Amino acid sequence: MTAKQKHKYAMVIDTRKCVGCGNCVVGCKMENRVPEGLHRDWVVEEVHGTYPNISVELRSERCNHCINPPCVYACPTGASHVKSGQNITLVDRDKCTGCKACIAACPYDVRFIMPEGYVGKCTFCDHRVEQGLDPACVSVCPTHCMHFGDLNNPLSKVSKLLASRKYKLLAPEAGTGPQLYFLL
Amino acid sequence: MSNFNRRDFIKISSAATVSASVGLNTLANSPTVAKIVGDLAEPGASSRTPTYCEICFWQCAGWVVKDKDGRPWKIVGNEEDQHSLGRMCTRGSGGLGAYLDPDRLKKPLIRSEERGKQVFREASWEEAFNYIAKKMEAIATQYGPDRVCLFSHGCGGPFFKTLINAYGSENVAAPSYAQCRGPRQEAFGLTFGADLGSPENTDIKNAKCLVLMGSHLGENLHNTQVQEFGQAIEAGCTIITVDPRFSVAAGKSKYWLPIKPSTDLALVLSWIHCLIEEEIYNKDYVKKYTIGFEKLKAEVASYTPEWAYSITSIKPEIIRQTAREMAQAAPAVIVHPSRHVAWYGDDTQRMRGIAILNALLGGWGHRGGFYQLQKAGVPECSAPLAKKAKNNWRGQLDGKYPLASMPPANFLCDKTVEGYYKGWFVYGTNLSQCLPEPQKTEEAISKLDLLVVIDTMPAEITGWADVVLPECTYLERFDELRDKPGRRRQIALRAPAFEPLYDSKPAWWIAKNLAITMGIGAAFPWANIEELLNDQLAKLGTSMEEMKKVGVKNLGEEGALCVEDGLELHFKTKSGKIELYSQTLEDLGFDPIPKYTAHETPPDGYYRLIYGRTPTHTFGRTINNPILNQVQAENDLWVHPTVAKRWNLQNGQYVKVKNQAGVASLPIRVRITERIRNDALYMAHGFGHTDKRLSRAHLKGANDTALIDKVKVDPIMGATGFRGTFVTFDEV
Repeated sequence: MTAKQKHKYAMVIDTRKCVGCGNCVVGCKMENRVPEGLHRDWVVEEVHGTYPNISVELRSERCNHCINPPCVYACPTGASHVKSGQNITLVDRDKCTGCKACIAACPYDVRFIMPEGYVGKCTFCDHRVEQGLDPACVSVCPTHCMHFGDLNNPLSKVSKLLASRKYKLLAPEAGTGPQLYFLL
Repeated sequence: MSNFNRRDFIKISSAATVSASVGLNTLANSPTVAKIVGDLAEPGASSRTPTYCEICFWQCAGWVVKDKDGRPWKIVGNEEDQHSLGRMCTRGSGGLGAYLDPDRLKKPLIRSEERGKQVFREASWEEAFNYIAKKMEAIATQYGPDRVCLFSHGCGGPFFKTLINAYGSENVAAPSYAQCRGPRQEAFGLTFGADLGSPENTDIKNAKCLVLMGSHLGENLHNTQVQEFGQAIEAGCTIITVDPRFSVAAGKSKYWLPIKPSTDLALVLSWIHCLIEEEIYNKDYVKKYTIGFEKLKAEVASYTPEWAYSITSIKPEIIRQTAREMAQAAPAVIVHPSRHVAWYGDDTQRMRGIAILNALLGGWGHRGGFYQLQKAGVPECSAPLAKKAKNNWRGQLDGKYPLASMPPANFLCDKTVEGYYKGWFVYGTNLSQCLPEPQKTEEAISKLDLLVVIDTMPAEITGWADVVLPECTYLERFDELRDKPGRRRQIALRAPAFEPLYDSKPAWWIAKNLAITMGIGAAFPWANIEELLNDQLAKLGTSMEEMKKVGVKNLGEEGALCVEDGLELHFKTKSGKIELYSQTLEDLGFDPIPKYTAHETPPDGYYRLIYGRTPTHTFGRTINNPILNQVQAENDLWVHPTVAKRWNLQNGQYVKVKNQAGVASLPIRVRITERIRNDALYMAHGFGHTDKRLSRAHLKGANDTALIDKVKVDPIMGATGFRGTFVTFDEV
C-alpha cells in the first residue's frame, strides 16, 4: 500500500453544518439494502462542557477506507481487499469465511457480520462512484454537510475544503491513514 | 436528539423482511403503475414514479425508484422541487417503510360483540359503507347533520371534508390548528394580514440573523428550512437560539439563551423595548408600513432588560447584545415563527409579540426576511356545497374564541363530552396522542353514536372506532395535486408506484363511494381521481403524461418575492398597515399590545415537562415504520446532572414520571445531560404507543401527551397550552 494509488477517495464532513438527522443512515440502508438492525454508517454525538457552556459535535461515521488498512492485512483469505488503483476497501463475500479477524483489527469498529455469515461494511457506494455519482449518504444529506471526492485531484471540492478549513481525523494515532475528514 | 451509535440500535423481529416479500408479489404486472424508464440518474434502477411525501406535512416531491428486478428500492428527491430541493429527509427516505409495514390496516373493520366481548370483525367495503350510512342517517334524523365532526390531518382530508359538507356539516377540525400552529396563524394574520404558509415563507438562506424561539430546526426536519439552515450556517448567519434545552440548533448558534420555560414573552417584549429605547428599529419601515408605534413605545417602556432578567434568567447585557445583532442584520432578519406554539394559553399574544418584533426589524417583504408567497392555484376538486349547514361549530362557541378561524379540535371534543356532537370522522390523526388530556378524549368518544377512523395504520384512536376504514399508503395512490404556496408557482403529482396492498383503498375512493351509499354522490362530480386530475392539469396547461415524466412543474408568471426584486408591500389588515397595535383585539376585549403575564412555576421536586421532535419520526405516526424504527425505536428522558443526583438516577436506567394528577408515564430511559436546565425534563414526542397492533412501537418509550394536564386554553382562538405540566419521578 505504499505505492501511490490513482485515486485517493475521501469523505469530508462539515460538523458545523451536520444536524445529526440520520438521513445518511437511512439513505445508505435503502441504497444498499442493509439488513434489518445492521448499519454501515451512523451518527455519533459528542457533548463537551457544562451547562451553560456546552458544545456538541455531530459526526456521520463509517469505514475510513484507510490508506494503510489493518483489516486487509488481517484477512487470512484475501476477502478483505483494496480496490485496484484506489483506497476503497471491500469484502469479497465469496472468499469471506466470517472469521472476524478484520473486525478485531479495525480500530473503528465499522464491520459486522451479515445474516448470511460474511462481513459487511461501507463500500463508499463503489457502485455509484464507478458511475461518477456521490455515495448515497452524501447524495441525500439535507444540510449538504458531506462531500466526497478524490484527494489526488487538487482541484476537487474535498481537496479545497481540506486546504481551507481545520479538520480532524478519527484515531490518527492508529497509523491507518483514515480518509474520513471532519471539518471543525 | 438520538445518538445513532451503532451499538445502541434495537434489534427487531424479521417481520419487515416477510412483509417485503408480500409487497413484491403484488407488484408484478400492475396496470396502473406509472412506469417511466428513460434518463434515469440512478444506476441499477428500472423505473421511477413521481410522488410527494406523506410522511410529514412538508410534502417533499421525489421519485419512488425500483431496482432492475422491479423491486421497491428507495425514494429520492426531485431536483426541480422547491420543497425537497432534490433531497428527501430521513423520514422521507424511509417512506417505503410505510408501504412495507406488516402491521398496516388491511380490511374494513366493524366493532361487534362476540360472547359479551367487543371485537373488530372484518367486513366488506359495502358492508362498512352501509353501516356508516345507516348511522349517519339516524344522527341526521334525530339530531341534525351538523352534529357530525371531521378531524383531519393529511392529503386525503379534503375528500372527507367534501363528504361531511355535502351531508350538512361544516365542523372540520385539524389538530394542526389549535394544538399546533393556530396561535401564530392568528397573530401574524392580525399583525401582517397574511398567512405564513406551510412551508413558511421564511427566506432563511438569505438571512443575516436568524432567531429561533420554540423552533429546533434540525431536530424538526422541515426539509427546505433545514437545507437553508445549512446554507445560513455556511454563510455566517448570526444564529440566536432561545431554548431551555441545548438543541442541535443551539449548537450552531452564536448565542444560546437558556430561557426559564414559560417566560418567552418577557424576552420578546424586552427585545422590543431595546430596539425602541436604543432607536435601532427599522425606522423607515416602521414609518411607512405600520400603525400604533407610539402606543407600542409607551406599552413596552417598562420592559427593560433588567426587568426581563429577573423573569427569564437571561442577563441584561445578552438581551441588549442580541437585540443589537438583530438590528444590525435588519431587514435580513427572521425571528422564526416556529410551528407548534400552543404552549401556555396566551400563545396568540406571545406570537403577536414575535410578529411585532419582526415588524420593527422590517424583515417582512425583504430579502432574508419573509418572502411573498406565490400560489399555483389548482382548480377546485369538489362541487359547490349543495346546502349550507344550518348550524355550525361557530354557533356553538357562545362567545368563546372569537378569532378562531377553524374549530379548535379540543372545543369539538368538549362539546362532545357535553353530548352535543354525535358522530366523528377521524382521518389520518391519532387524536388519542395529539389532544391533551387523553382521558377527556376517551370520555367524548364514549358519548358518540358513531366513530369512523380512516388511516393506514392502527393506533390508539382506531381501538375506539366503530368502523375502521383502511386507507392505502401514499405510495399506492393518486391524490390531489400538491399546490402549496412557495417561492415559485409549482405543482407536484403523486402517482401510485404500487398497487394497494391488502384491501386498502385511497381516500378519494373511500369518500366518494361512501357518499354514493349515503345518497350524496353528486358532491364528487368525477368518475375517479384520474379524471379529476386530467381535468385540472389541462386547465393548468399540462397533462398527466407530462407530470408523470417531470413530477413537479413550474407554472411561471411569478411575482416578485421581496422589495429588492420590486415587490410592493400591501397588508390585508383592517387598517391596511402592519398593526403593532390591534384595534381588532381591543374591540374584542383583549390586550391590543401583548402584556407579560407570569405563569405558574413547578413546585419543589417537580419539573416542567417539555417535548419536541426527533428527526427520525413524524409525531407518533412513524414510530412503527420498519425502516425508521431501526434508527430510533424509543425516546429518552433528558435530565440535568443535578436532578439526576437528587433522584439517584443512572444513565440508561428506566424511570416513570408522573404529573400532579398522579398520571404516570410508561418507563422511559434516562439520559443525563448538561444540555438541559435543571428545572425541566425533556422527551421527544410520539413514543409510548399502547396499541398492541403496533408491534414495534408498542410500549417503547413514553408518551408526553398522556401526561399533559392543567391545560389553559387561549381565549382568543382556542389553542390548548401543552406546557403547563409539571412532573416528578415515580418508581425510581
